[in-house]
Amino acid sequence: MTEAIFDMAALKTGSNIPKPDDFYEELIGLHRELTDAQSALVNAKLILLLANHIGDPDVLRAAMAAARADVVGTA
Amino acid sequence: MKTYTNPTYEYRRAPELDGPTRHCQVVIVGAGPVGLVAAIDLAQRGIPVLVLDDDDTVSVGSRAICYSKRTLEILDRLGCGEPIARKGVGWNIGKVYQGRELAYQFEVLPESGHHRPAFVNLQQYYFEECLVQRALELPSLEIRWRHEVSGVVPDADRVTLRVTTSDGDYALTCDWLLVCDGARSPVRHMLGLDFEGQVFRDRFLIADIHMTSDFPAERRFWFDPPFHPNQSVLLHRQPDDVWRVDFQLGWDADPELEKQPARILPRLRAMLGPDAKFEIEWASVYTFQCRRMQKFRHGRLLFAGDSAHLVSPFGARGANSGVQDADNLVWKLELVLRGHAPECLLDSYDSERVAAADENIQNSTRATDFITPKSAVSRTFRDAVLSLARCYPFARKLVNSGRLSVPKVLSQSPLNTPDGATFDGSMVPGAVAADAPVSGPRGDWLLDHLGGGFDLLVFGDVVDTVRAAELARGPIACRVVQVGGIERHDRIVVDDHAGLVAARYDGKPGSCYLFRPDQHVCARWRAFAVDAVHAAIARATGQ
Repeated sequence: MTEAIFDMAALKTGSNIPKPDDFYEELIGLHRELTDAQSALVNAKLILLLANHIGDPDVLRAAMAAARADVVGTA
Repeated sequence: MKTYTNPTYEYRRAPELDGPTRHCQVVIVGAGPVGLVAAIDLAQRGIPVLVLDDDDTVSVGSRAICYSKRTLEILDRLGCGEPIARKGVGWNIGKVYQGRELAYQFEVLPESGHHRPAFVNLQQYYFEECLVQRALELPSLEIRWRHEVSGVVPDADRVTLRVTTSDGDYALTCDWLLVCDGARSPVRHMLGLDFEGQVFRDRFLIADIHMTSDFPAERRFWFDPPFHPNQSVLLHRQPDDVWRVDFQLGWDADPELEKQPARILPRLRAMLGPDAKFEIEWASVYTFQCRRMQKFRHGRLLFAGDSAHLVSPFGARGANSGVQDADNLVWKLELVLRGHAPECLLDSYDSERVAAADENIQNSTRATDFITPKSAVSRTFRDAVLSLARCYPFARKLVNSGRLSVPKVLSQSPLNTPDGATFDGSMVPGAVAADAPVSGPRGDWLLDHLGGGFDLLVFGDVVDTVRAAELARGPIACRVVQVGGIERHDRIVVDDHAGLVAARYDGKPGSCYLFRPDQHVCARWRAFAVDAVHAAIARATGQ
């Protein structure tokens, strides 16, 4: 990971999900028998629902930056 | 067209062809909505004004059809709000569909207690005709039809124009030139001025149809409807049983082909059903751009409306913002012409209306990105938002079929006096005065009593006769508009019978609001002090 250019303090990056394996299984299960296009739509809806739940623009911006950071290399 | 015949305004030979060159204080290029509004406002203020137009009629085709509440309020001050509001079709509800289903609906103006509705729909030719009629009533206003500006020479102390007519060319000079000659602005081109921004790669078909229908007067917007898959459609009702249908076509559509009735009719049949009876009134295929000039003031040239800035039509931010440009500019120009304010006051026209144009361009660009997603993932998020909007209120706020025109709050304006006390509500310095029902000598609405010059709205009998007289004196007079109390000859007294003036302005006994001549708040206090009012007026006039 490169140095984050956004304030990462707002975003929880330590483990925060009580049963990580259970969650991961459910997340993958969510996409069972969906086409790629349907999966993309479900993911987009999930992001929007979670983003609204979080609400805090600093947290959202930090999460967006973290998600993109090592995809496009050094930002 | 079946429902409308364009008038022809008479060309007249210019006296300057046979005599000396005339010098004017103000010349306006373009007798469209913006040029006419500016001309009427100037003439009402007693400033002689000459309008030059290269054509001899009003808009050909309905073009801009949604006129906002703010536009009507400005026109009320200019004596033509009533005919336009009466002829127009008022509406307040917007409905957004995805496919066949209603995703959500919204009220543009969710509260009552305002004179004017959120919008009226009216063909641009009717709008312009009303303005021309009003202009003809004003003795200091002259419109010259088929007088085309073919040359502009700006100098430090004047502007020289060459005007081309069928009888030959003549010259004119003026102190100030208002350039309201539209999106293609010949004057802007002649001077080689910048016009930067973004062209969108999409095409839209506008079809005005004549049809008797009991569809309500609402704005209806479809994403991906079954009758026009993968594209959007917008429907508006206009007067005379004319309906505006706007079909998104995509970038690859052939504009010449798509204008043919043979192509338009099947699209309309698919939408309206095989039995619908309608006739095509007018059709056009357009692309759009979001761009603006870097500066709207170039010395003695002042650009307003489409000549200065362009937006997409989604949101009705084109003509409405142009009318607000004129409203912002004219009172400042009057003060400068009369020597009551320094020329630099006109720089605030530039900064305030550039900020407004940027807000309009931002809103328009965002709507365009939602309506015409530029990538697969953008399309996926768009569809996700629409799908969630059916069940979840939060997602409805994300649906963007056009954010409808509201006046810019000029909160960063150098003409504002910053607050020294706290107020609730939205009437911050820079905001346009909110209307409210009252009983008063000039009508039943608060806005009937504000505007034209500076006004001090006071809650309660807190300005004594001496102070009221002092404010009314001087080159820049300020009128006292008092909420509540007994009638007095030295001020306007209005009765806030519904309590909405106090509610909307957080008005407590002693509260004062200073309004500019364009009805924007420029200062407010919790207690009256005449020196503070004088200082705020000086600040609001560039002194």
